[in-house]
Parts: sequence; structure tokens; C-alpha cells
Amino acid sequence: MLLKDQDRIFQNLYGHHDSGLVGARQRGAWDGTKAFIANGHDSIINEVKTSGLRGRGGAGFPTGLKWSFMPKKDPRPSYLVINADESEPGSCKDREIMRHDPHLLIEGALLASFAMRAHTCYIYIRGEFIRERERLQAAIDEAYAANLIGKNNIHDWDFDLFVHHGGGAYICGEETALLESLEGRKGQPRLKPPFPANVGLYGAPTTVNNVESIAVVPDIMRRGGTWFAGLGHPNNTGTKLFQISGHVERPCVVEEEMGIPLKQLIDDHCGGVRGGWDNLLAVIPGGSSMPLIPAELCDDLTLDFDSLTKLKSGLGTAAIIVMDKTTDPIKAIRRIAYFYRHESCGQCTPCREGTGWMWRVLQRMERGEAEHHEIDLLWDVTKQVEGHTICALGDAAAWPVQGLIRHYRHVIEERIDARKAAQANAAE
Amino acid sequence: MSRQLIVDGTLVEVDGGETLMHACEKAGAEIPRFCYHERLSIAGNCRMCLVEVHGSPKPIASCAMMVRDLPPNKDGSPKSVSTTSPLVQKAREGVMEFLLINHPLDCPICDQGGECDLQDQAMAFGVGGSRYAENKRAVEDKHIGPLIKTVMTRCIHCTRCVRYMTEVAGVEELGLIGRGEDAEITTYLEKGILSEMSANAVDLCPVGALTHRPWAHNARPWELNSTESIDVMDALGSAIRVDSRGKEVMRVLPRNNDAINEEWISDKTRHVTDGLKMQRLDQPYVRKNDHLVAASWSEALDVVANTLRQADPKRVAAIAGDLAGCEEMFALQQLMHSLGVANLDCRQDGSQLDPRLGRGSYLFNTTIAGIETADAILLIGTNPRLEAAVLNARIRKVWRSGEATIGLVGEAVDLGYEVEHIGSGPQALTDLASGRHGFLETLKDAAQPMVIVGAGAAARSDGNGVLSLAASIAHQVAGGKSPKWRVFNVLHSAASRVGGLDLGFVPADGGKDVSGILQASETGQLDVAYLLGADEIELSRLGSSFVIYQGSHGDRGAHRADVILPGAAYTEKSATYVNTEGRAQMTTQAIFPPGEAKEDWKVIRALSEACGQTLPFDTLPQLRAKMYESHPSLAALDQVARASADDVAALAARGGEVTSEPFAQAIDDYFLTNPIARASRIMAELSALRTTRTATRTPSAA
Repeated sequence: MLLKDQDRIFQNLYGHHDSGLVGARQRGAWDGTKAFIANGHDSIINEVKTSGLRGRGGAGFPTGLKWSFMPKKDPRPSYLVINADESEPGSCKDREIMRHDPHLLIEGALLASFAMRAHTCYIYIRGEFIRERERLQAAIDEAYAANLIGKNNIHDWDFDLFVHHGGGAYICGEETALLESLEGRKGQPRLKPPFPANVGLYGAPTTVNNVESIAVVPDIMRRGGTWFAGLGHPNNTGTKLFQISGHVERPCVVEEEMGIPLKQLIDDHCGGVRGGWDNLLAVIPGGSSMPLIPAELCDDLTLDFDSLTKLKSGLGTAAIIVMDKTTDPIKAIRRIAYFYRHESCGQCTPCREGTGWMWRVLQRMERGEAEHHEIDLLWDVTKQVEGHTICALGDAAAWPVQGLIRHYRHVIEERIDARKAAQANAAE
Repeated sequence: MSRQLIVDGTLVEVDGGETLMHACEKAGAEIPRFCYHERLSIAGNCRMCLVEVHGSPKPIASCAMMVRDLPPNKDGSPKSVSTTSPLVQKAREGVMEFLLINHPLDCPICDQGGECDLQDQAMAFGVGGSRYAENKRAVEDKHIGPLIKTVMTRCIHCTRCVRYMTEVAGVEELGLIGRGEDAEITTYLEKGILSEMSANAVDLCPVGALTHRPWAHNARPWELNSTESIDVMDALGSAIRVDSRGKEVMRVLPRNNDAINEEWISDKTRHVTDGLKMQRLDQPYVRKNDHLVAASWSEALDVVANTLRQADPKRVAAIAGDLAGCEEMFALQQLMHSLGVANLDCRQDGSQLDPRLGRGSYLFNTTIAGIETADAILLIGTNPRLEAAVLNARIRKVWRSGEATIGLVGEAVDLGYEVEHIGSGPQALTDLASGRHGFLETLKDAAQPMVIVGAGAAARSDGNGVLSLAASIAHQVAGGKSPKWRVFNVLHSAASRVGGLDLGFVPADGGKDVSGILQASETGQLDVAYLLGADEIELSRLGSSFVIYQGSHGDRGAHRADVILPGAAYTEKSATYVNTEGRAQMTTQAIFPPGEAKEDWKVIRALSEACGQTLPFDTLPQLRAKMYESHPSLAALDQVARASADDVAALAARGGEVTSEPFAQAIDDYFLTNPIARASRIMAELSALRTTRTATRTPSAA
């Protein structure tokens, strides 16, 4: 185990303790908040910049830098919107924060909003998260009751926090689609530029952050940006909630240091891969949209943004899907392709048409009903989708298929050949 | 702020607010597109217009990228853009392929064939064959009314139709439902669209998903002869293109004219064409033993000439209808004057507009394009949505820009934009004129205010008083404004009206106007009435007068007539029409009149000879030369001469009593306003649809 207990931010990740205000305060929440605010907007942004925190929603954009894009003098109000539409298959960290450590999120929302001169913050929570919303709302009510937030609160920064319950569409996790949905329209991504920091919610400057990015801010302020930056590797700092699912003995969500080796993470926290490390086929390291990584590259794999990018994959939300050798990789990716076909918003051409095409070809390939040249065709299709769409969902749909072809082309070819051989046999 | 860009090696300087697409076009590059349309908001969803911006890893949708968002390179050199690079070519081919995989490719049976953006761009930017081996998507067709036929499997989801209906037509009835591959364009409840401008959505559709139902499978575009002409269904004179095959008008399409109709036309303008084939008067008729009997031209003209010669000129009258061109009105006016007839009127609705006060008192002086710069508009006794649907879209445009406040005196109807309802009757005008209502201040504070009076308000019994009050409001608020800005506007609804007023086709000294003529006939003081396409008067009041009807359709007037002289419809003659702004424009002959029908000026010229008062012209150019001599404004085609502001002051000074009766709708059935429309089966269908829909609407929605 890399992360020492005293460096743990989410001390109630498993809900063993009181998630309410009293319990949160015992764990250190809401301690010294007023002083951070008294130090001014920029001191918070600077501290977050020092910490090297990179956005936890998947793209890994430096959070402090993102905040600094917000205009400082603007007649329009500023907004913070927290993206709690955790819909990426494999991801299940934000719900744990909202269920068990909601006060970290609320305190972080206050600090981040203050840093960006926002008096209003919206939390857009995924439609399926019913209990999570109830817990979060209860915690917000507590915070209002204790005058920690609201008008004329004890922190001298008028601050309102609203929870908005989404309808359960994956696309609404895309920040501009989320804003559309929040404004009451159909969740379809907006064209960028203008970026939300310029024209966001209701046409006003807006920053959209992931739940985890916001929830770690209070601890960064309390313990200092340098403490956070001291964890992990350079440019990949801090702690991270890893979510391990699939073929491991004990799937779990765990807070660990950024850059922990995959093998150590699985062995220490999940009781190892089902059937032992040698039974590992591949992992999807960052939620379903990230290309898979085959076992032969996993032995020395460390889990951080940069090392995974080198392998043409990504850390994403750090939702690690482990597949052992019982897995049919074509079937697995076909199922992911179906998900993206189902969740494409249909606004722009490449994603609307391409996701269905990819899924249909993969369906045939799973049964071997294809030709060798169709593998290149499928690759072409992924390339025609990737980078040609309004939002990143096109990329998200294309990458898993690219990962499959990159690493398991031989499996597809064998499946096709086997089918042809079987047919030839049957004909005789 | 302008910015430099290098597009395919050509340096261009463009305004920062322009799109990258325009910058590329300025440099001479051709950018394919489906969803982008310059009169609609930017959607950026088709991805066909992708270009390569050097320094950006991904290709960029050029329709949605503003030039100001492309800062120069770090060394200060202009950003370089490529529209022909392999990356761009590959991207276009990819998008094209995606658009086609679920497109049925049923071009041989598709009405869009030959004028289809998808066909054209697939030829220009696509790859030859298909690599898609899966089943294609099929989408159920939607019923969205009698004008728009849908084959939704062909839809490429560009959302132009949705944006058009929402933004321009102001009817939020079309939308995209569903997600991903299952996304569909629909009217939600598959109700017919209730708009006067819905068919423009079909023109915007880049594929054959929306086609014109009335023209379905009628013709291929390459079989048609196109004639550029002018519409006469309202007083705007929208630019149209008449497509004909042989002796039939197959369809009417809009032409671009930024000064009038941009590129929209009303549904009536477009789909009235089947009315051109029905109920046509194709030979002269003479009433014998109370039956109309077919006659030869010479017989009919002799009957008319004898009647006119024998009648006392004081007991003869001529009324020009709503579709009469200037040439025939001029010829009839000359003939009547030579016969000594003073009872002439072109205002068959009984309007009290008086050309003697000057053009400024009866024109839409602001001009139609001028609406876009207005910041406060007062509508008086008018429903522009019905009286001039395309002009109403302009008002909506300026309202949508958030620049204009709009007030309404009259019946509170849904115009497609928010209005402040000031009052229902002339009392509200008195309040405004005396400053008792705050909207007067709004108009005064505005830099470019407008007052628009409907033709219906001028045709009331107290029309003089209403016009005078409106003019006085306009005159009051005009103070301190730019001397070039004109506040007072009359919105006409008849194509012929301004031309008739310009010609002075009104009672000469001692003559009777329309109401005088009708009154005289009722009491037996009138012997002969010459109706030049006048069908909208109370014909029953013509009593026992001898009625000569000259026109194109067997409508109300023809039924009452004693002699029918068959004339030509607007697609069958070259005639001058002056629109509500005072802009003279000419129609072009696309086909010949049916049967023995003749161009109207020729009929009157022949009649003049039979009467022994031969008019001094033998050809249309000769007629026009005479007409231009006395009415030079008609010679200035496509131009608007700014009328004097004093005309408005004169109108304001005229005074007149007003009643307390609220303003009524000037048009009770939008689709049946003239003989051609009343002959059209499609207009009848639309009229019936509207009647039932309005009747079944819940009170809250109405």
C-alpha cells in the first residue's frame, strides 16, 4: 500500500462512519474554511495550482489553470457547475463521495466558487443516483442549517448550492450538454468556442468540474498544495480514487497515490486477478472509453495520466476494468460499442452514423462473420469518427475499438478464419 | 476588428465576426455544407465543412468557427488554413460516407433528384462506392400537413427545417426527438403545421426528406422552364421563379431579394399555382336569357361597346380589383376618361387612402428592409402575419434580435412575437396621440420608430379618422429623428393597390368611389359597371346594372357578369405592380393565357377601338411609354423613392371622426383572398384545415 493513512482525503469512503455534519467535522471538514476565504480568491487558485491537481473527470486538465480562465471583472454572474453525472461505465467514485463524504464536496464547492467569484453552484447529478441525491441534499440542508452556506453565512461569501437531478443520459456528462440540460433543453453538446468560461450556463462565465476534483480542494487548502504535490509523480500528483471492477477477487473503490503500479493496486486491494496474475488478459484503465491494454504491457504499468497516454490509452476516471482470460475481447468491445451507439446524442453526423456502423461490424466479427479487409474498414471508420465530432463522445466511441484492433487483430482474424473453416467443413 | 488569414496560400483579410467558412469563400475556396444556412442560426452538426487549421490537431467545422477565435501564430504571422489538404479531403469523404450509409439512395423516385445537395456534394466530395454492408435504417414518415411530404428515411438530421420553423416562421412545431441513430424530425404529435410560411422549410431541406406534397412526382427540375417574376398574392411583390412545362405552371419558388422577401415566400404564393388551372375564363361570354353563353371576341366587344356608348357617362363606373396590373388599369382609366366617366376606383375594399395627399400618405415608407433597423414598432389595425406573412417574418427577426419593442392596437392575435397590447379600437389611438398612453414615449425615445397601419383599418367607415390619428402619432414621434427616417407606413394587402393609387385610379372630380358606386347601383342610379378583376365587392348591391367582368377566373364577379372578357393571370402577362413600399416591379410572362383569353391591356385596347375611342398605343412598349409620361415613378423599376414627410403631416391634418368599434381582422380567410386562391384545391384544403384546427384548439392554447 503506497498511500499512508494520514494522507487519505476520503476518510469515510466506505460509509463506516457518520456522513453527516458532525461526523464530517470530526474528520476535519469545515475546519478553517473561513480563513481560506479571508485570504482572497487568488490564494485558493494559487494553492490549487501549486498542488498540481489535474481534473478527475477524465481529461486531466489542470484544475487551477481552468479556474484562472474565469473572468475577474465581468458584469455577468459566474457559476460553478459540478458534474456528478457519473455515467462512464466502470466509474463509481463520485457516488461514494456523495453518499459518504458529501461535506467535503459542499465545502469544496464553496471554496471553488469563492475562488471563481461565483455565488451560485449547481450540482448536476446523474438520473439513476436516487439515494446519492438524497444523502447529498440532506448534507446540503445541514450546511444551510448550520449557516455554513447560504446568504449571510459565517464565511462571509453568499453562496447557494442547488442539486439538479438529470435524466440519466450519458451525453449529459459532457460539460456543454450538461449545461444545456441544466438550462432545461435537450442535452446536446454546444459548439466550442465559445468555451463555458466565457459563455456557459445562461450565457454567463461557468466552470464545470468533476465531483472528485472539487471534493479534494478543502484538504489541499488545509494541508497545503505542496503536500498534495508531494504525492504521486511530477505532473501526476496527489491521491486518486481508483475503481476496480471485473475479474478480480474483490472489486472495490479505493483511494491510492497517483502512479501506483497496476499490479500492486490489484494485489493489495482487490485480492488479485481471478485465477492469478497470469490469468490476466487485459485491462481497460480509465472507464469504457479508454483503449484496453493487454496483459503483456501490464506488468510494470503505473497508473497515472502520462504513463497511460504513452501506451495510447488514458487514465480517464481511473475506473479499471479487469478482464481475465475467460473474456472474449471482441464481445467485450462490441458491448461497449453498443453503449456508445445507444448514448450518441445524434446531433452530429460522424458519431450518429459511425457508432452504429462500428457496433454492427463488431457484432459480425464477434461471430466471425466478416472478411479480413473489414478490420481495416473498421479501423478507417473509427478514424473517420475520431476528431470529427462536436464533443468527445465520438472519440470515446472510437478509442475502445481502436484498442481492440491494435492489440487483438489476431483474435479477430482467427475468429474469421475459424468461421470460414467451419463453413467449408459443413459444405463438404 | 479585421484579421488576416492565409487560405490555401491566398492572403485574405476578413472581419473578426465572420465565420471561417466566409473567409475561405472570400479566398475563392468552395466549402461544402448541409446544415449551415446563412439566414439560420449555426448548428455545426453536419461536419461537412471541416477545414484544416494549421496548428490544430483536429479539422475544424468552418461554419461554426469565428475568425476572431483564430489568433495569429506566435510569431505574429497569419494563421494558415487549408481547404484542399489530404486531411480535409479525407474528412469530407468520411462525413459524406456516413451521411450516405443510412440514406436510401432512392434518387430515381425522389422529387429532390436533380436539385439535391446530397447528390451534388456526393458527386463533388464523396468517394464513388459504398463500403457499408449492414442494413440501412428506416424511419417512419410523418404527417405534417398538406404541403409537406415527408420521406424521413432520407433525412440527414441537419435540423435546418427545425431552425427555420422556430427562428424565422416563429412556429415551434418541428423538433428533433430521440437520440443517436434513432433521432427523428417530427412535429411531436404529427399535427399539420399551422404557419403561413411552412413550405420554405422544404426549400431548405438539402435532401428529399421534405418535399412539396402538391407537386409530388409531377415534374423533374430539368424539364422545367424557369421565368423570373413577381408575386401578387399580397402587396409585397416577393421575388419568385415560375417554373413551367408547356402551357402549365408547375411550381413557384422564391428568388432571393434582400429588399423584400429575403429568400422566403408565403405558402399561398407558392401553392396557389393549381388555382391557375382551375375555373379559368378561356373565352368571352355574353348573358342571353339570363344564361351566360359563349361568344366570340368581336361579339362580346360589340355588346360592351354598344352598352358603353349608349350609357350616360355619369351612370357608368369602373372598379379595379386586387390583382390588376398597372398597364390594364392605365388603359381602362384612359378609356373611361375618353368616354367621360368619372366614377373610377381601385380601392375595392373601400379604403379611404387618398393619393391626392401624396405618396407618403399611402406607402410603407420605412421600407421592408428598414424594419430591421427599427427599434419600436406600433401596429394599428393590422395582422401582418396574414396580410404580409413574409414581412411579418422581418418584424419577428428584429424582435428576436432583442432590439425592438412592438405595440399593437387591434385584435390581440398571435403574431409569432410578443407585443404590448395597447387597445382594441380607435380609442387607443386617441390615447396614444394625446400622450395618455405610455407607448407614445417608447416611440419617441426610439431612434428609429415605425407606425404601421393596416389596409383594413383604412377601409373602415371611420378610415379617415383612423388614418389621421395614426399619421398624427407618426408625425409626433418623427420629431428629432434622422431626416432620412420615415415613421409612417401603410401595409397594403392587395398587389394592385399602390399601383392604382399611383395612377390615380380614383374618382375624378364629381365621381363616385366604391361605396358611392354601390349605393348608386342599389338605387338604380347606375347603368353600367366595369369590373377589372374586382371580385371582393358586395356584388349583390350592383342591382340591375349591366356588369362587364374582365378577369382570369370564373369567380364571384364572373357569376354576376352580363359580359365576360377573359383576361390573363399574373403568370401569363408582363405587368407592372407597385408593392406596398412604392417599388415598381414587373412580372414576366411564363406561359400563355388559356384558350382565347388575352392579356388584359389588349382587351381594353380592342374595346377602345370598338367604342370608337381608340387608345393611342398598339404595343405594350407604346402603352408603357404613355404611362411613364404621366406617371414617371412607375418607370423606376425596383427602386423606392423616398416620399415626402409632409404627406404624413397632410394626412394628420385631414382629421376625421372615429367610432368606438374595435379593429377587426382585415382578412378572415387567409387562404381564400383572391380569385386564383379560391380556385385552388390546395388553398381550400389549407383553409379547411385551419378552420378545424382553430375550432378544436383548447381555449388556453388559443
